[in-house]
Amino acid sequence: MQMTIVQAINSALRDEMERNQQVVILGEDVGKNGGVFRATEGLHSEFGPSRVMDTPLNESGVIGVSIGLALYGMRPVAEIEFLDFVYPAFDQIVSELSKMRYRSGGEYTAPVVVRAPYGGGIKGGPYHSQSAESFFAHVSGLKVVVPSNPYDAKGLLVSAMRDEDPVIFLEPKRLYRSFRAEVPDGEYTVPIGKAQVSRAGADVSIFTYGSLVPTVLEAASKAAEEGVDVEVVDLRTLVPLDVEAVLGSAKKTGRAVIVYEAPKIMGYGAEISALLAEEALDYLKAPVVRVGGFGIPFPYVHENLYMPTVPRILKAIHKVIEH
Amino acid sequence: MANIAVDQERGEEIPISQLRRFYELMLLTRTFDSQAVNLQRQGRIGFYVPCEGEEAAEVGSALALRPSDWIFPDYRASGVMIARGMALDTILAQLMASSQDISKGRSMPSHYGSRALNTVIPSSPLCTQLPHAVGAALAAKIRGDDIATIAYFGDGGTSTNDFHSALNFAAVFKTPTVFFCRNNGYAISLPVTQQTATESLAIKASAYNIEGVRVDGNDVMAVYAATRMALEKARSGGGPTLIEAVTYRMGAHSTSDDPTRYRDSREVELMRSKDPIARFGDYLRERRVWTDEDESDARQSMHDQVKEAVARAEKFPHPDVRSLFDDVYAEQTWNLRAEADELAEEIGGY
Repeated sequence: MQMTIVQAINSALRDEMERNQQVVILGEDVGKNGGVFRATEGLHSEFGPSRVMDTPLNESGVIGVSIGLALYGMRPVAEIEFLDFVYPAFDQIVSELSKMRYRSGGEYTAPVVVRAPYGGGIKGGPYHSQSAESFFAHVSGLKVVVPSNPYDAKGLLVSAMRDEDPVIFLEPKRLYRSFRAEVPDGEYTVPIGKAQVSRAGADVSIFTYGSLVPTVLEAASKAAEEGVDVEVVDLRTLVPLDVEAVLGSAKKTGRAVIVYEAPKIMGYGAEISALLAEEALDYLKAPVVRVGGFGIPFPYVHENLYMPTVPRILKAIHKVIEH
Repeated sequence: MANIAVDQERGEEIPISQLRRFYELMLLTRTFDSQAVNLQRQGRIGFYVPCEGEEAAEVGSALALRPSDWIFPDYRASGVMIARGMALDTILAQLMASSQDISKGRSMPSHYGSRALNTVIPSSPLCTQLPHAVGAALAAKIRGDDIATIAYFGDGGTSTNDFHSALNFAAVFKTPTVFFCRNNGYAISLPVTQQTATESLAIKASAYNIEGVRVDGNDVMAVYAATRMALEKARSGGGPTLIEAVTYRMGAHSTSDDPTRYRDSREVELMRSKDPIARFGDYLRERRVWTDEDESDARQSMHDQVKEAVARAEKFPHPDVRSLFDDVYAEQTWNLRAEADELAEEIGGY
């Protein structure tokens, strides 16, 4: 059936909670309220308060308690209302969640899913708009997943809930309800660690993920009108990166642009760029170009100019073509 | 807030064999602890966190637990591990980061744990394990398991964010959790009087509407009684308890610390006169369940026991270098495979 991303997430949670009694949800306002974005709507009444738990307002507690639940064998899905509010839990995520398997020599594991809406586009200012994925991508032991459409959102979230490792699951909030797409009725998964070619092309590869995939696809259509054949690779998983997909596309087209919403410098795009420099330099016909957010805190005003725009992406395409 | 004083009468309710066991485990902890400090001084282990002076708090509380209860210790927990039944060889394997170490040499010394003993391996940040103890207890409550969890931490830990997070969540969800605080007077150099303005640490429980118990942490029977009561309450649905065991860190914070920089030696001398082991030994002799001969026999046999365990433990090499790349994820990722290969090439294979 046709679903929005937020409906697909809700559907993934419901289906997996039905299948696996060990799956529990916890977070702020996730219960009766169904989450501030309604991602958990209806689950509290359907599964009861011991499986959908409203917690005190304390992110470190939400994640720390989730780790304890997971250590005991449950499958907690923790919701952080906005990724911007995850920082009180940063210690729990970086010091505990990511390292539990490693520092215990595999004796203990904490397969927690941390769901959080991320990114701008809702007029949320500095604290309801951030894209903090690179903080988590830098931490060994975490997986980082960023879907861009309803099908992937459901399939990846189900995979995350079945994964043996902790998963930071970032949801592009401005796409939550921006479009509907077909989501199968039955059970399915989308594998973690696999990118997807959203649009095949021969001249330029654009690597992107999450909230910017529709913008990049729009830019690719515009480029096609100019006769430039753009390939769009939706990374879907940032860690572990689908290295074959990235190198395969870059070697094919010989030109690479990386588009992401977080501040451009020191961001995830630098990793892709470095990977291409190390592994695909001989195939490249032009320097790699990054398009990202500006190096400023996320602003309330002019946010549409802060986030990468179609003209800015087109400019990058021209730059690698004309090199 | 209940105060549990030294209850000399309660000793008579405890079988003599149990009294001796309290004492022997405290003595073994002290023997092991001093040997471990020596090993570090001799360069045979890299680091150690001693628990000298806190044996009554550690042993008394750990003996109150059932094997099915879960422990979330901190890194000052040799006494807890010994009382829990962790073999000295296992503890030494961790201290030496040997191939026999359960955690494969991944952590600094003094971070012990074991799934078989329901003891979760601690990290070094303080009190991050407290919310875990709450989560595990919550899981047990949801499943209807008849267990409790206990988290160990020190006086300094009560200032951390996660102390607050954990006590609040535990209280709200009424989880079967015991928060066991060893108030040993110091957080490295900072005395507890500068750690908090409250008159005790136990009183902080009242802010969460849970029970706070202040117990003489140098009285092993009092610690045992207080912990057992808190555990029984937890298992029967009564919710969490904060126990403050008042004790004293006789030694340094760690083998990297020099307490003479911040602590008056006269204070240490005074507190050494309140040594929990000497105190309980005197009590046992008074009750005629322990003799000077028992004492010298026990000391000799424990000294030998530790020495032999050290000799055995030192025979093992470090874990294989390639194992560094295991357990980051359930399945090794491509970059880790590549890095493992690079390292193998650098050192010429294994």
